Amino acid sequence: MAKDEFNTEFKLVGTRPNRPDGLDKVTGRARYGADMTMPGMLWGAVVRSPHAHARIKKIDASKALALEGVKAVVTRADFPTGLTGEDWNLQENSMAGDVALYDGHAVAAVAATSALLAQDAAALIEVEYELLPHVIDVDDAIKPDAPAIRPGSADHSVPEGFPPNVVRYIDYGHGDLDAGFAAADLVMEKTYLTEATHQGYIEPQACVGQLGADGKGEMWVCTQGHWFIRQMCSAVLGLEVAQLRVTASEIGGGFGGKTMVFMEPLSLALSKKAGGRPVKLVMNRAEVLRATGPTASASMDVKIGMTKDGKMTAGKAVFRMQGGAFPGAPVDSALDCAFANYDMPAVYHEGFDVLANRPKAAAYRAPGSPMAAFAVESLVDEMCRELGLDPVEVRLKNAAREGTKASYGPTYNKIGLVETLEAVKAHPNYAVPLGPNQGRGVASGFWFNYNGDTAVSMAIAEDGTAQVSVGTPDIGGSRASLAMMVGETLGVPYEHVRVNVVETGALGINEPTHGSRATFATGKAAVIATEQAIAEMCRRAAVEWDIDPDAVEWIDGAAQPAGPNAGKFPPMKIGEIAGKMSTTGGPIAGHYEGFPDGVGVSFGTHVVDVEVDPETGHTKILRYLVAQDAGRAIHPAYVEGQFQGGAVQGIGWALNEEYVYGEDGRLQNATFLDYRVPVASDLPKIDTVIVEVPNPGHPYGVRGVGETGIAPPLPAIANAVAAATGQRLRHLPMTPVKVLAAIQAGQDG
Amino acid sequence: MSKIHVTTTVNGDTVEFLADPRETLLDCLRDRLGLTGSKEGCGTGDCGACSVMLDGRLVSSCLVLGVEAEGKTVDTIEGMARGDDLHPLQRKFIEHAALQCGFCTPGILVAAKALLDQNPDPSESEVRYWLAGNLCRCTGYDKIVNAVMDAAAEMRGAA
Amino acid sequence: MHYHTPATFEDAVKIAAACGGVTRFLAGGTDVLVQMRAGAVIPDDLIDLKHIPGVRDITRTPEGGWRIGIAVAGAELGAHDALCRDWPGVVEGMELVGSTQVQGRATLVGNLCNGSPAADSVPGLVAAGATVTVTGVNGSREVPVAEIPAGPGRTVLQPGEVISAISLPPRGENGGDAYLRFIPRTEMDIAVVGCAVNLRLDGDTISEARVALGAVAPTVITVQAAADAIIGTTLDDAALEALADAARAAATPISDKRGTAEFRTHVSGVMAQRVARLAYTRAKGAGK
Repeated sequence: MAKDEFNTEFKLVGTRPNRPDGLDKVTGRARYGADMTMPGMLWGAVVRSPHAHARIKKIDASKALALEGVKAVVTRADFPTGLTGEDWNLQENSMAGDVALYDGHAVAAVAATSALLAQDAAALIEVEYELLPHVIDVDDAIKPDAPAIRPGSADHSVPEGFPPNVVRYIDYGHGDLDAGFAAADLVMEKTYLTEATHQGYIEPQACVGQLGADGKGEMWVCTQGHWFIRQMCSAVLGLEVAQLRVTASEIGGGFGGKTMVFMEPLSLALSKKAGGRPVKLVMNRAEVLRATGPTASASMDVKIGMTKDGKMTAGKAVFRMQGGAFPGAPVDSALDCAFANYDMPAVYHEGFDVLANRPKAAAYRAPGSPMAAFAVESLVDEMCRELGLDPVEVRLKNAAREGTKASYGPTYNKIGLVETLEAVKAHPNYAVPLGPNQGRGVASGFWFNYNGDTAVSMAIAEDGTAQVSVGTPDIGGSRASLAMMVGETLGVPYEHVRVNVVETGALGINEPTHGSRATFATGKAAVIATEQAIAEMCRRAAVEWDIDPDAVEWIDGAAQPAGPNAGKFPPMKIGEIAGKMSTTGGPIAGHYEGFPDGVGVSFGTHVVDVEVDPETGHTKILRYLVAQDAGRAIHPAYVEGQFQGGAVQGIGWALNEEYVYGEDGRLQNATFLDYRVPVASDLPKIDTVIVEVPNPGHPYGVRGVGETGIAPPLPAIANAVAAATGQRLRHLPMTPVKVLAAIQAGQDG
Repeated sequence: MSKIHVTTTVNGDTVEFLADPRETLLDCLRDRLGLTGSKEGCGTGDCGACSVMLDGRLVSSCLVLGVEAEGKTVDTIEGMARGDDLHPLQRKFIEHAALQCGFCTPGILVAAKALLDQNPDPSESEVRYWLAGNLCRCTGYDKIVNAVMDAAAEMRGAA
Repeated sequence: MHYHTPATFEDAVKIAAACGGVTRFLAGGTDVLVQMRAGAVIPDDLIDLKHIPGVRDITRTPEGGWRIGIAVAGAELGAHDALCRDWPGVVEGMELVGSTQVQGRATLVGNLCNGSPAADSVPGLVAAGATVTVTGVNGSREVPVAEIPAGPGRTVLQPGEVISAISLPPRGENGGDAYLRFIPRTEMDIAVVGCAVNLRLDGDTISEARVALGAVAPTVITVQAAADAIIGTTLDDAALEALADAARAAATPISDKRGTAEFRTHVSGVMAQRVARLAYTRAKGAGK
C-alpha cells in the first residue's frame, strides 16, 4: 500500500536538496569512463569496416605488430565459437566474423603503450574486403528481392515465405476491427516515416578492462548497468560470470544506449592477449555514431476510425522497423504504445522487425514509443482538423482511465492521462494568441515504466548514519532521490544517508538504470531494505527495554515504546542504537533482492508553438509545455529535468536529427557538426507541470518519469507545423528542406 | 617523433610535460597532468566539453595542440573554485539542478564564467548563443540557463 | 610529425620548401586539428605561424583600410570596435564560424585556406574586395581573396606558399556590408547557403555593389548580375526581385547531406534579399 494513503506529510519527499554528487561534478572531480588509468595500462584502438556490407577476406596485422610498443592484436579468431542467440549477436556486433555488416563494424583491435601508438598501429592493419550488396532503408530492406543480410536469422514468429530480412513478426489486437471502422464517420489511413536517431550522450563509450590467464578480470566502464556489462562480456568471451568484477564509473549520459556492450569485450580480449595488462578503450565521436546503438528507423501505416463528434472507434497499426543488422528493433514496444493513450473498442497491430546494413540498434528513451506517437498522434490531429474538433477535447473524450483495457492487453490501474490533458488546458501557454506563420500542436505520449532485477543493501553505520548500496548507476540524480526516500523512511536528515553505486561483486544482479526504473525499483527496494533495518533497530530497543518487539514503533528516527508500554521509556534514537550495535547483536542492515512489483505507467501531454519561416522552411520553437504524470515527484527539480531533457531530445528528432547514408551505405554525418542535436540557442524555456497521480504500487507513489517525455514532441511539432503552414509533414525529421518543399508544392510532405 | 618539452601555467601552477606534437592540449591536460575534469565529447570542436581558458580566451582544448601551450596560461575547471569556496556558477549549478549526468558541466561552467567575466548582465538570449557550442543532452538547457542568469545576478549583487 | 615555430614568414616558407612530405601551416588550427583527429591528414611537418611577430595585430593602413594578421582569432575581430564599424559584414561572417570556443582560435585566413565553398567568412571578404598577401620563397604578391579558392578543399596557393596578411580596403563614405547564412539550427552548422552584400549609396540610390554567394558552387562566387540588379535602385521591391532571380540564376549547387540543390537555389535568393536589406540599412546609417 502506498504510504500516501495514510500519510502525505513528508519531510524530504517533494523537496529540492542539493544532489550528493553535485560538488564532485561542478569541480571536475567526478570520474567518468575515460578518466581512469591503471598501473601498467595499455591503450586500445579499433579497426572498423568502411563498408556497409563486405566479406572479410584477409586481415594482416604484421605491420602493426612490428611497431615497438604494440602488445596485442585481436580479431574474431580470438573469440570463442559456438555461441547462439543474443550471445552470438553481441559477439558478432563486438567483432565482425566472416562479414562486416555495417559501416563502422569492428574487424580488429590493437593494444599499445600509448593512445597515439595504438591509433597508428590500427591504421597499419590491412583488411581485404569483398564488397557485398547492401541495403539501408527499411522499406527497401523488407522487399522480397532485397540483399539477404543474414539468411536463417528469422525467429519462429516469421511465417514461411516472408521476405529474407524479416526476422520477427508480430500481430495481435482485440475487438471487432471491421465493426469499429464501420461505425466511424471518418476513417483515415496514412503512412509515416521516422529516421534513425542516436541517443547522443556527450560521453563516448569508455572502459578499462583487465583479464588474466586465470580467467579473473576487472572492468571500469561507463554504463547504465554493470551487471549487464558483466554478463554480456562473459558471454561474448566465454568467461565465468562471477570471475569478472565490473565497476561503473560516473556516466555521461546513456538514454538507453549504454545498456549493452559494444567495444567493452575487446578491451578484455586485448588485455588477456597482452599478458593481463589493463587496456583502456575510448571511442571517439565518429565511432559512437557509426558503431554504437542508434535507434530504429520506422515506416508506419496507421488507420483510425472516428465519429464526427470525435469518438475513436477502431485503430490499426502496421509498423516496419529496421534495427540494424541484428534482430531487436523495438517494433513490439512501439506497437504496444501506439494506441495506449486511448480507450478504443477495437485495435489491431502488426509489426515487422527487419534487418538492414546499419549498426545494431540499442534502446533509446522509451524505445519505439516516439515513432508510434508520431504516427498515431499525427493522424489523430489530422482527423481532428478534418472534423473541426479540438485536439485536447478529442483526447479527453477517448483518454484511457483507471479500468480501461489497454490497447496492449492489461487493464489500467490508477493513471494520470486525463490530468495531464486538463493541466495543459489550464496552462497559460495554451491561451497565448498566435501570429502569422505560427502554429500550435498538441500530442500525448506513453511509457510503461519497468521494474527489473533489483538488489539493494542498506546498513546503519556506528554513528547512526546510513549507507545504501545500489546497482543502478546514477545518471540524472537518482542518488538524491534514493537518499531522500531512505531518509524519509528512516526519519533522518537527507545528508545522513550516503547512496553508493557499488560494483558487481557487492550485490546480487541488478538490471541497468533503464526503463525509468531507478527511482521506482531501486527506490522501492531501498525502502524495503530500510524497513528491515528499522525492524531490527526496534528489536534491539525492545530487548533493551525488555518488551515485545511488536510493541515498539519507529517514529522520527527513533524507537519508541508503543501500545501498553507507550511513554514508559524515552525514545531510543538511531545514533544510540547504532552506537552500541556491536554489543547488541552486531551489524544492523537490511536488504532486498527481487523484482519489485507495482509498476505504474506514465502519460504525458505536450503543447508546442512554432513559427515557420515561409521562405526557408525553418521551424522555430516559440514555447514548449510538458505536463506529465510523475506519480509523485521525489525531487521535483530532477523530475522537471527529465521532462525537459526528454522534450528536447524529441525536438531534435522532430526537426533535425537523422542518420544520413550515402549510396555507398556509409554514414555521412558521423560528427556533432552534422548530426545536429539541439543547441541552447535553438530552444525556448521548456515549461513543465508535474502531475501527481500517485502510483499505488510504490511506497511513495513513484512512477518512472524518464522516458515518456521523448514521445510527444515528434507529433506535437508536426501538428504545430501543420497548423502554421497548412501542410502535413509525415516524414521526420522536418528539416527546412522538407518543410519548404511542402510549402512550395502546396502539398503534404 | 620525439616528444617536446612544454612548460606552461595551469590554474596558477607552473607545470611541465612532454608532448607528442600530435597530442592536443586536452590530451596533455588529461593524460600528462591528470587533470581529467576537461572532457572529450567530440574531438572536433562541436561539443564544448573540453572548454578551457588559454591566455584568458575561451577555447576548445581539443583544438589546441599541447605544444602550443608553451609559455601560456591555461585555466581549467579544476581551478575554478578557490579551495572550498565554490564560484557562484558552481554553486548555482548545484542549487538549480543544472546538471544531470554532469559530463558537459565542467565545459559549460568554464564557458559561462568566460561570458560573465566579460558581460556581467547577459540576456537569456545572449547566454543561449554564447553556450551554443556547449552541448548538453540531458537537461534541455533550461536549468543551465537559469543557473547562469541567477549566478550573474548574484555576482552583480542584484540577487 | 615535426612541429616548427618559425619567427618570420620567410623562414616559414623556407621550412615548407625544405619539407618533402605533407605540410600544413597552423594558424587557429580549428580545421587542421580536426583533420588530424580524423586521420584524414596527418602532416609530416606542421608549421605554427603564431610565433611570427605581428600575426595577432589589426592595423589601420595609411590609406584608411585594414591589415589583419593571419592569427587574429574571430573573437579578436569582434572585439575591435573600429573594424566592426567599418566592415560589420566581414566580422559577422567570421563570427558565425563555429562556437564561442572556436571563435577563440579560428582565423580568417584559416577559413579561407581550408577551401570550403561554405566558409562563412569568405563571402564577406570577397564582397568587401579584400586581398591577401601571398608569400613564397620568391617573395610576396597581393591576390584578391576571390581568386584564392580553387574548388572544394583546394586553393590556388602553391606548395610552400603561405598567406602572410589579409587587407581590407578603406570603407569610404555611405557604405555598408552584411553577411547572412542559412543553417538548420541557430548555431554550430555549416552554411547551407551564405550570402554577403557590400554596397555604397548615393543618397538613397545604390551606386556600387558586390554580391558574393557561398555554398552554392565549388567556390564562393561573385555574382555580378546580382550586383547589377540593385545598382541604380533604392532597393525597391522590383530590385529585390531581380536580385533574387540573379542570385538563383548564378547558383549551381549540389545536393548533399546539408541540403538539396533546389533548396539551396531558392534560398540563395532569399538570403540575397535579406542581406541586401541589411547592408542597405547599414549604409543608410553610415550616411547619417
